[in-house]
Amino acid sequence: MNVLVDRFDVFAGGFWLTLQICILAGIGALLIGTIMAVLRISPVAPLRAVGTAYVTVFRNVPLTVVLFFSAFGLPALGSNARFLDVPGLNVVFSRLGTDLPYFRFAVLGLCLYTGAFVCEALRSGVNAVAPGQAEAARAIGLTFTQSLRYVILPQAWKSAVVPLGSVIIAMIKNSALAGFFGVVGDLSQTADSLVSADGLPLIPVFIGISIGYLIMTVPLGILLDRVERRVATR
Amino acid sequence: MTATPTTPAGTAAKRPPRRLTTPQTSVLYDAPGPRAKRITLVASVVIGIAIIAGAWLFVIEPLRDKGQFSAELWGPLIDPSNASFTLLWQRLGQGAQATLAAAVLSILSSLIFGTLLAVVRIQLKELAQRRYVGLPAPAALVLRALTWVLNVVTRVCVEIFRGLPVVITIFFVGRGLPGFGLDFSNPLWYLVIGLTIYNMVVIAEILRSGMEGLPIGQREAAASIGLTPTQTTRLVLLPQAFRIMLPALISQLVVVLKDTSLAFIISYEELLNVAKQATQLLHNPIQLYFVVGLFFILVNYSLSKLAGYVQRRLSRRGSSISASEDAATTEAVAVPGSVT
Repeated sequence: MNVLVDRFDVFAGGFWLTLQICILAGIGALLIGTIMAVLRISPVAPLRAVGTAYVTVFRNVPLTVVLFFSAFGLPALGSNARFLDVPGLNVVFSRLGTDLPYFRFAVLGLCLYTGAFVCEALRSGVNAVAPGQAEAARAIGLTFTQSLRYVILPQAWKSAVVPLGSVIIAMIKNSALAGFFGVVGDLSQTADSLVSADGLPLIPVFIGISIGYLIMTVPLGILLDRVERRVATR
Repeated sequence: MTATPTTPAGTAAKRPPRRLTTPQTSVLYDAPGPRAKRITLVASVVIGIAIIAGAWLFVIEPLRDKGQFSAELWGPLIDPSNASFTLLWQRLGQGAQATLAAAVLSILSSLIFGTLLAVVRIQLKELAQRRYVGLPAPAALVLRALTWVLNVVTRVCVEIFRGLPVVITIFFVGRGLPGFGLDFSNPLWYLVIGLTIYNMVVIAEILRSGMEGLPIGQREAAASIGLTPTQTTRLVLLPQAFRIMLPALISQLVVVLKDTSLAFIISYEELLNVAKQATQLLHNPIQLYFVVGLFFILVNYSLSKLAGYVQRRLSRRGSSISASEDAATTEAVAVPGSVT
């Protein structure tokens, strides 16, 4: 167990980097997912087709393939995902600005992949609202934006929040793949280097890495259970 | 997004039959009137052209500029006269077989162990409420303490393995098991064990929430005709939970199939790994991975279609079930990790 104490800074560093990936990818995935959900429920057929195609592709392809395309496909196209190096953001998330682009690639790949699941969660939320609600809103003379703002979205949010939460939890776990795609120093790459390169015993490393992930996933899961129960009883 | 205006009063009379013929695609919009239809059509054409132009400018053109459509890169994949064609597809076929084998084995074993775990957890929960009235006080106390401890242990195991990334589980299974004397010559088994550990926990939670979502009357009726708790679970609760949760279970199968691609960490030669090896000789990663992606999309898409079909079949049957089914499936969505 000395490993845990001796290498505490390594584990903590890995945790911090994984957390950074998750925060950035979470924000990005929510943005992409919302845009795609809007496309998928729009009345214009080509926009719907784009949304559907996006979701079909990214939901059915393993994250490994997505990460591969962002880590090796983008450079082949001559892009280094520099657009993620947003001034201001790169102060907190310093990895965004480094010469090694793999952090940006990992965030991008995770965003694209998770976005499809976010889109589906949001869309199922909107579809769960009974059509009578929208018809009633129109019947009392609410405009399109008013009925969205006061009737549909509040109810849609209620049934979307739990699936969204599980998507975010899944994303945190998926972020472990980033370490195997060139991101140096996140939790999973830390595990690999501590075991393979430093030859440390397996069990303590496993415990340390597990704690790192469980700190993020278990409280979120418990919170989600609470929210779910509250939503269900209301 | 063009906001469809509400239909003018004149068309309102026509609305009910139209609603019957074209089921509402979205709760957001009213059935479009003639003006809205015209606007939608024009917008569709304009946006459709814009999308095609955008795809051409930002995807096809750059790819062509980089020479990604050259016969040299695509040849091994689509040209039968190419020297590598036969060998490459042979290898890819083996890879696809290995992927499917790992997926099938993992699915079977996670279903078996997941069901067992679900049954154990349900039984423990029931045992926790028993007071052991007939037994002497110390024995009853010991039994109650034991069920409590087992309850906590299974719960903690579920939380841990549900909260860990599968990659990490597979990585440590692949590295750790040889140390415990479980040294397989074929890395397939590490992959299967790693995937089983994660997915059995998820499947157990799906089944458990399915069983707990059943109306309490089911359990009471079973008890009143004299079934023991084990019989109740086996004959009454489990079959219903399986049927209600079938869609959720099938979508978990998609997850398993996708997760077989994580085998590269333990160097098992599944489809993705084969493709990776091939790129080192052929230097056409984008083309090869495109084909691999296509394979996964095809298989998983048909699995999802199957899930949708099963769900429709089930909801058509008896209304008494479909009521509890709605409650149960929403719960299934909430099982963290059921989407990966």
